[in-house]
Amino acid sequence: MIRLEKRPQPSQVWIVATPLLAVIATMIAGGLLFAALGKDPVAAIRTIFWDPLFSENAWFYRPQLLIKAAPLILIAIGLSLGFRAGIWNIGAEGQYIIGAICGAGTGLAFYPMESVLIFPLMILAGLLGGLLWAMIPALLRVRFGTNEILVSLMLVYVAEQILASMALGLLRNPEGMGFPGSRNLSQYPSAANLELIKGTGMHWGVVAAFIAVIFAYVVMSRHILGFNIRLAGQSPRAAAFSGVSPGRLVIICLGVSGALAGLAGMFEVAGPSGRISIDFNVGYGFTAIIVAFLGRLHPVGILLAGLLMALTYVGGGMAQGSLGLPVAAIQLFQGMLLFFLLAVDVLINYRIRPARRRVA
Amino acid sequence: MDLSAINPVLLLASLMVAATPILLAAIGELVVERSGVLNLGVEGMMITGAVCGFVVAVNSGSPTLGFLAAAAGGAALSLTFGILTQYLLSNQVATGLGLTLFGLGLSALIGQGYIGIKAPEVPDLHIPLLADIPVIGPIVFQHDPIVYVGLLLIAAVWAFLKYTRAGLILRAVGENHEAAHALGYKVIRIRLLAIMFGGACAGLGGAYLSLVRVPQWTEGMTAGAGWIALAIVVFASWKPWRIVIGAYLFGGVTVLQLNLQAAGLPVPVEYLSMSPYVATILVLVLLSSGRAPGSLGRIFHASN
Repeated sequence: MIRLEKRPQPSQVWIVATPLLAVIATMIAGGLLFAALGKDPVAAIRTIFWDPLFSENAWFYRPQLLIKAAPLILIAIGLSLGFRAGIWNIGAEGQYIIGAICGAGTGLAFYPMESVLIFPLMILAGLLGGLLWAMIPALLRVRFGTNEILVSLMLVYVAEQILASMALGLLRNPEGMGFPGSRNLSQYPSAANLELIKGTGMHWGVVAAFIAVIFAYVVMSRHILGFNIRLAGQSPRAAAFSGVSPGRLVIICLGVSGALAGLAGMFEVAGPSGRISIDFNVGYGFTAIIVAFLGRLHPVGILLAGLLMALTYVGGGMAQGSLGLPVAAIQLFQGMLLFFLLAVDVLINYRIRPARRRVA
Repeated sequence: MDLSAINPVLLLASLMVAATPILLAAIGELVVERSGVLNLGVEGMMITGAVCGFVVAVNSGSPTLGFLAAAAGGAALSLTFGILTQYLLSNQVATGLGLTLFGLGLSALIGQGYIGIKAPEVPDLHIPLLADIPVIGPIVFQHDPIVYVGLLLIAAVWAFLKYTRAGLILRAVGENHEAAHALGYKVIRIRLLAIMFGGACAGLGGAYLSLVRVPQWTEGMTAGAGWIALAIVVFASWKPWRIVIGAYLFGGVTVLQLNLQAAGLPVPVEYLSMSPYVATILVLVLLSSGRAPGSLGRIFHASN
């Protein structure tokens, strides 16, 4: 038998190596899964990981990469702050929806007026919407000690119902012949989140994601707040003794992650998606959890993990078309990635040793 | 609006049916948490149970086999959680979330060819004498067997935790795993068994949704039921009988809002549909006062 021996210090090598190991393990297990589904595993893996970047049609798919990665990175950066402090916001999907509704609602309120101020106002509204939605679990946790995991998650279902009600009622396109869904914001110049550089997929959301990465990096490694967050996560007691207020940390972490998720929703609704509809949200808020962990809760790691996860989305979409791979298989593939990562993470803190027979 | 269309007897009877999936999942999770493990993957295990139960029941024509398969499927999925958290010492919150995401994908994949098929019917029990009591009979004594299995399970878990030596050991492991380890109890083995029991119960609860309550298979059909079960464990202060109150309270809200939708209450349907989730939050805020098991969510590693 083998046993685990605790390392005196977390291994720096494995911190970098485990995500790579997890990706490779997922590719192998995924290949087996695809083979079991009767698809050629090599072709499936190549379609998912290689073709979106390097095939002859890749010019069409490459922009999609940034478009899909931007919301994932934005949300995951926010989540990582809380996860580091042991504050679990898993309702980012809800904050994303509310941010989108607030952003789109603000834009549509001005329709058909044209002004350069409308887009910044929408950004602000999206940010505030997500922030306020995240304040519900934050304040309940601080005031009543309610579990933020459950409350933030319940609010996802509430937000989905609000989204449906908005798409069918308040925000419905008056010229939409009674179909659910709002006006298309991408056809409303003042509110549209257009591609900034043609053919790259670069829109304001991508810019915001990059800014968030830099900002989070500075905060986590150079600012006292980042230190307090890490301290509270590693030793809540030590944090309390050094004067870190747990309540304030909860509000800051949930607030930032809510605001970033709201921003992501707003950029999505004004750009790639274009309008509020019943099925507007596609699970970015949940996939971002995988991204955050895969990126080691580190801003740069999250940037890379977000791009990788976007690749599985884009490649998965291609595999769906060309190989008939079901959507669910891609979802399963992403879940497997998180599992393998958590499994190999043990190598960071522990050494594997053959068990010795102990003499009594 | 026509409130008189709501039949109180039917309402109460369907309340028991609506509460059962959550009751089953919650009692399983209660045992898991009493052993000191926080498994947030209830939703994933439930939906896996729902699809396993449905597929087996449709193919074999036997709902009983379906329920057994659901329990087995839930337990098998929970075992991955068990191995990751107990042997590979992964973070329980992250692993539980992963289990939910994984279970949702897995179930959608398994259930692909089964959308739109009807499940074989689960016959209602007609308990002799008791079922014929006016009013109470139709409310309490004319359900399918699983409703009673759920209630029996609550009683069994209660008696197990309170009166048996094994129950005492399980609670000891949950309260202080170092002390239990020092006394020579196999912390990891006990926890693995608890986790698998929780998985089996969640699987049963999921199968109840797909075989009795709906009864069909649709992707993501659990719609947060697993998370509500987790909330009910907190609300119940980790006490078995209070699970019943929590589950019936939730079942009541669900059934009532469905009835109000049908009766045409002048409130948009979406606002009624969100009421069970809002009610769960309110209950969590107002009524949860219990103390969690001492070692809940902490990683155990016998380092020596």
